[in-house]
Amino acid sequence: MPVDTDSQQPHDVSPSTHSSDEVFQLKDLEVHYGKFRAVRDVNMVLRKHEITAFIGPSGCGKTTVLRCLNRMNDVIDSAKVGGQVLYHGVDLYGSSVSATEVRRRIGMVFQRPNPFPKSIYENVAFGPKVNGVRSKSELDGIVEESLKSAALWDEVKTRLKSSALGMSGGQQQRLCIARAIAVQPEVILMDEPCSALDPVATARIEDLMQGIKDRYTIVIVTHNMQQAGRVSDRTGFFTTEVNPDSDRRTGMLVEFDRTPVIFSSPRDKRTEAYVTGRFG
Amino acid sequence: MSLTVDLHGKRSWRMMKSHFMVGLMFLAFLVILVPLVAVIGTVVAKGAGIVFRDFPDWFTKSIPIRSRAKGPGMGPAIVGTVVITAAASLLAIPLGILGAVYLHEYGQQSKPARVIRFLANVMTGVPSIVMGLFIYVVFTLRFGLSGLGGALALACLMLPVVIRSTEEMLRLVPGHLREASYALGTRKGRTILTVVLPAALPGVVSGCLLAIARAAGETAPLLFTIGIVNSTNWNVFSGPNTSLSYQIFRNATDPRAGAQERGWGAAFTLVAITFLFTVLARVITARYQRRRG
Repeated sequence: MPVDTDSQQPHDVSPSTHSSDEVFQLKDLEVHYGKFRAVRDVNMVLRKHEITAFIGPSGCGKTTVLRCLNRMNDVIDSAKVGGQVLYHGVDLYGSSVSATEVRRRIGMVFQRPNPFPKSIYENVAFGPKVNGVRSKSELDGIVEESLKSAALWDEVKTRLKSSALGMSGGQQQRLCIARAIAVQPEVILMDEPCSALDPVATARIEDLMQGIKDRYTIVIVTHNMQQAGRVSDRTGFFTTEVNPDSDRRTGMLVEFDRTPVIFSSPRDKRTEAYVTGRFG
Repeated sequence: MSLTVDLHGKRSWRMMKSHFMVGLMFLAFLVILVPLVAVIGTVVAKGAGIVFRDFPDWFTKSIPIRSRAKGPGMGPAIVGTVVITAAASLLAIPLGILGAVYLHEYGQQSKPARVIRFLANVMTGVPSIVMGLFIYVVFTLRFGLSGLGGALALACLMLPVVIRSTEEMLRLVPGHLREASYALGTRKGRTILTVVLPAALPGVVSGCLLAIARAAGETAPLLFTIGIVNSTNWNVFSGPNTSLSYQIFRNATDPRAGAQERGWGAAFTLVAITFLFTVLARVITARYQRRRG
């Protein structure tokens, strides 16, 4: 579903330039925080019903790029986005695009589980309620469906009214995924969703991602290369580059390809050094 | 050389200093206890008997006109305190919470927000009698003595307290909760209403209740604004009124036995009301937090 926008805008490209399975198209994306350029020259295409992983060392701008995809960088005052982020051919940063509308279609799961201090039920029902779902039976259905998708239903069906803060970290993170699913987004962005979890909880979330991949387009940032190798269809490798004038580091996309290619026969030396563990 | 390890502490200069300091702190604690216990003890000892001797009458009967006569009651002052404090709370709390939401969620570090924050800080330092005088000049001289004048003066005192405590509580709401809400496509206003304020509510409530408890005990702002009556006036908008704090002041400065007695009774009543209110605040806050786990 295309986002409403003004067709007169100079940033718009005609819909004919993208094929139907392209969800995102990033063109010369760069992000500044104040005067500091955090990431530059990101060009990539993210496809429908694929899992795309962003890997790379700390400070390389993976999370920054991810947060451009649903305009979460708007929350940070000093952040300035240059270049284009096209979502089904529509520029997300076009002047008439509402960040709220963008985020309804493009959900996000954060690094640390961040359930609301409300009941499990209220957490999942929050998004649908905001989007105008009033009927109790409809909400019940959405909550059950979302918790089932997030492989959490069997563990919590008897205590939907208890506080979400009483759950384990892994359960909380799956609850956050259920909460994101409940608004029926097209894309789910995941920012290092397993970095605060133990291996068992991580495995459950990876299984869950495989389970929902045929319905959602997923973009995941991860520090864990094995994870990228296990779950993703395509991988983008980011790295940092020291600016000789200012000694500040700027992130950049080095290579973007099918995951097996990145891990077995990368074209760039830096990618090879990183995935073989010699750097980063 | 012995094979056993000696783990006994040695009597060192450091240990002695440590014991000495702990002793000093305990002494300080005892010193703090003296005024606390003395104040509560005196008020209870001198006031409780008077209140419970005339139990129902104390709370319902009018204040005797002849100050020499002993006996109940304090009804008009209890009604006045409740009505005036309630009116002041209705004026100050919604305004203060809205102001704090503006300052923290919208204004942040912008110029107008900084100016308002500075003025609120200055306002906390204004002596309460000056606030009373201010309302006397701008309100009472024009509209006459009434509970509303007192409520306005008390509201002026409460407002900066409510703004500051609420803003402090909003600051404690973690940013990741706001982000979680935004990521679901929730607008800012809705996020504040459904996520930020509920998360800050226990702190906001106890801040407001403390402001109310303080306002209930204020005397100076009421001196010029509410006048004096001996019979109950439920109407906060017109006619002079009275309050417990004002009755304490008036009766305590009257040397006759009946007045002295009623002064202590009023003091006990005020302390009891404030105490009950504070306990209620704590219970509600604790229960709310337990419900949310």
